Amino acid sequence: MANLPKTTSKGSAKTYDGLGIPLILPAWIIIGFFLVIPVAMMLVYSFLTKEFRGGVIWEFSIGAYDQFFFYRGLFGDSPPTIEWTYIGIFWRSIWQAGLATFFCLLIGFPTAWFIATRTGPNKTIWLFLITIPYWVNLLIRTISMKFLIRDNGPLNEFFLSLGLISEPLHIINTNFAVQLGLFYSYLPFMVLPIYAAVERYNFALSEAAADLYASQTVTLTQVILPTVKPGIIAGCILVFVPSLGAFLAPDLLGGAKNFMIGSLIEEQFKGAAGNWPFGAAASMILLSLVLIVLTFYARSQTKDQI
Amino acid sequence: MATKSLDLRHFTGFQPLTLLCLFLLYAPLIIVMIYSFNDSNSITRWNTISLRWYYDLFYGVDAPKFKTAAINSVSIAIMAAISATIIATMAATAMMRAGRFRGKSVSFALINLPLMVPEIVTAVATLIFFSAIGFTTGYLTILIAHIVFCIPFAYLPIAARMEGIEEVYEQAAQDLYATRFQAFRLILLPLMAPGIMSGFLLAFIISLDDFIITNFVKGAGVETLPTVIFGAVKQGIKPNIMAISTLLLVVSVGFVALSYFVGRIGEKANPTTTKKGE
Repeated sequence: MANLPKTTSKGSAKTYDGLGIPLILPAWIIIGFFLVIPVAMMLVYSFLTKEFRGGVIWEFSIGAYDQFFFYRGLFGDSPPTIEWTYIGIFWRSIWQAGLATFFCLLIGFPTAWFIATRTGPNKTIWLFLITIPYWVNLLIRTISMKFLIRDNGPLNEFFLSLGLISEPLHIINTNFAVQLGLFYSYLPFMVLPIYAAVERYNFALSEAAADLYASQTVTLTQVILPTVKPGIIAGCILVFVPSLGAFLAPDLLGGAKNFMIGSLIEEQFKGAAGNWPFGAAASMILLSLVLIVLTFYARSQTKDQI
Repeated sequence: MATKSLDLRHFTGFQPLTLLCLFLLYAPLIIVMIYSFNDSNSITRWNTISLRWYYDLFYGVDAPKFKTAAINSVSIAIMAAISATIIATMAATAMMRAGRFRGKSVSFALINLPLMVPEIVTAVATLIFFSAIGFTTGYLTILIAHIVFCIPFAYLPIAARMEGIEEVYEQAAQDLYATRFQAFRLILLPLMAPGIMSGFLLAFIISLDDFIITNFVKGAGVETLPTVIFGAVKQGIKPNIMAISTLLLVVSVGFVALSYFVGRIGEKANPTTTKKGE
C-alpha cells in the first residue's frame, strides 16, 4: 500500500498536510447526511407502528419484526407459530443468489483465466469485450433477457425451427428464469476480480509444480486455486451481495410467484398495501445478512495477508 | 522456457468456455438491437428492416414522455457526476496527499459505503429520510441520491491515478514558491485530468443507469429514462422499447469506450505516472 503514512522521516511531509479534514469534509457531509443518517432512521422506522395510507405512526412497536417471524392467527390472538412466508422468501433469495454465484464462478473462472493468459493487444480486446456488458444498463439487459426467453420469443422460435422441441418451453415467470437473469446480470462481476488475481499469479509456481510431476488438475486445485483465492472470494461477494437484494431480475423475469427480498421490500413502499415499518425491518434484516457476509470477507482477507 | 510456460497457461476447454461466456453476455443484447429495426407492430413477427420505431420514439405518441424523461436523466446525470467528481477529487487529495488526519481510516470505509449497502436498502433508507424530514420527493431528491452513490465510482479512478503520480512535482513547484493552491491547480490537477475525466464519465453512466434508487425517491410525476422504460415494460414489451433500449445501450458503450481511451491516452502521454500502484 503506497498510501500508508510514513510517520517519522522528515522528507515525507505531504503537500497538503493539515488540509485533510477540510478536503474530506464534503464527502463526509454528503454520505453521512444522505446515507448514514437515513440508514439509522430506517432502523428507527422498523420499530414504529404502521399507518394504513403508507407512512408511520410515531409509536414504538416490534410489530414489524413480529410479523416477519411469527404468525398469530387472523385476529392476532392465537398462540404464535413461526411464520414461514417471509423466511421462505429470504431463504429462496439466499438460495438463488448462491446458485447464481456458483454458476458465475463455473463459467467466470475459465474466462478470467483465459483472458489473463493472453498476451499483447489481444488481451486488451478480450478484456474490453468482457467489460462492456458490465456498463450496459441493468434494466435494459434484463429486458433483453425477458424478450429472449418469452414463450413466443426468439429462443423458443429458434428451438422450434430446429425441431428440438414441439411446443414452446415455458421459461418466463419461473425460478429458472430468475436464476438466468441473476446469472446474466452479475457474470461480469465475477470475471473482473478473478482476472486481476490471475494477472498477479506467478507462473513459476506452476512450473515448480510441473517439475515435481504434478498433473494439470493437481496444479490447478493444489497450486493455482489457493493462490488466486482472494480474487475468487471477491468475485463471489460481488455476485452474491447484489443478487441477494436484486429487484429487476425477480420482478421482470420471475413474476408474482417467484418473489425475492427485493420485490418484498419494494411492495411495502408502493401502493395502498404498503407497510413502511415492515419494509424497513425487512431491509434491516437484508442489510444485516450483507454485513455478516462482508465481515467474513474482511476476516478472510486479513488472514490471507498474514 | 517459452513453450513450456505457454503450456502451463493452457487448460483444455477454457477457450470454448470464454467464447460461451461472451456469447451469453452479448446474444440477448444483439437480438434486441436487431429486432429494434423490425418494421412490424408485433414484436414476434419479423417484417422488413426499417427505422420506423426510432421515428416513433422521436415523433410518436409517447415522444413527449420519453423526451422529458431523457432530459431529466441527462441533466441529473451531468449534475450528479460533476458534484461527485469534485467531492471525490477533494477526498482523494485528502486521502493521498494530506498525510494523517483524524478519521482517515473511517473515511475510506465511508467513501465506499454506497458500494456496500445493497441498492434496495439505500433506496428504502433515502425514501424514509426524505419522508421523515418532510421533504417532497422529486427531481431534487433524485439528484441528491445520485450524488451519494456516484461518489465511490468517481473516487476509484481518481484515487488510482493520484496514487501513480509522484509528489516530487508538487514539491518542486513549492520549492519555486508556488502556494499549495497553485501547486494543486497548476501541477496536480492537469496531471490528474485523465483520471478525473474517467471518474466523471463512470459516475455519469452509473447515474444514467440507475433504476432502483430513482424509482423510490422520484415521487409522483418526475420520471427518468429507466423508470419510464420500466413502466412501459410492465405493460408488455413494445417495439419502441427495443429502439430506446438500443439507443441507451449505444450511449453507455460509447461513454465507457470514451472513458477507457481517455484513461489510456493520459497514461501514455504522461511520463510521470509510475506503475508501482498496480
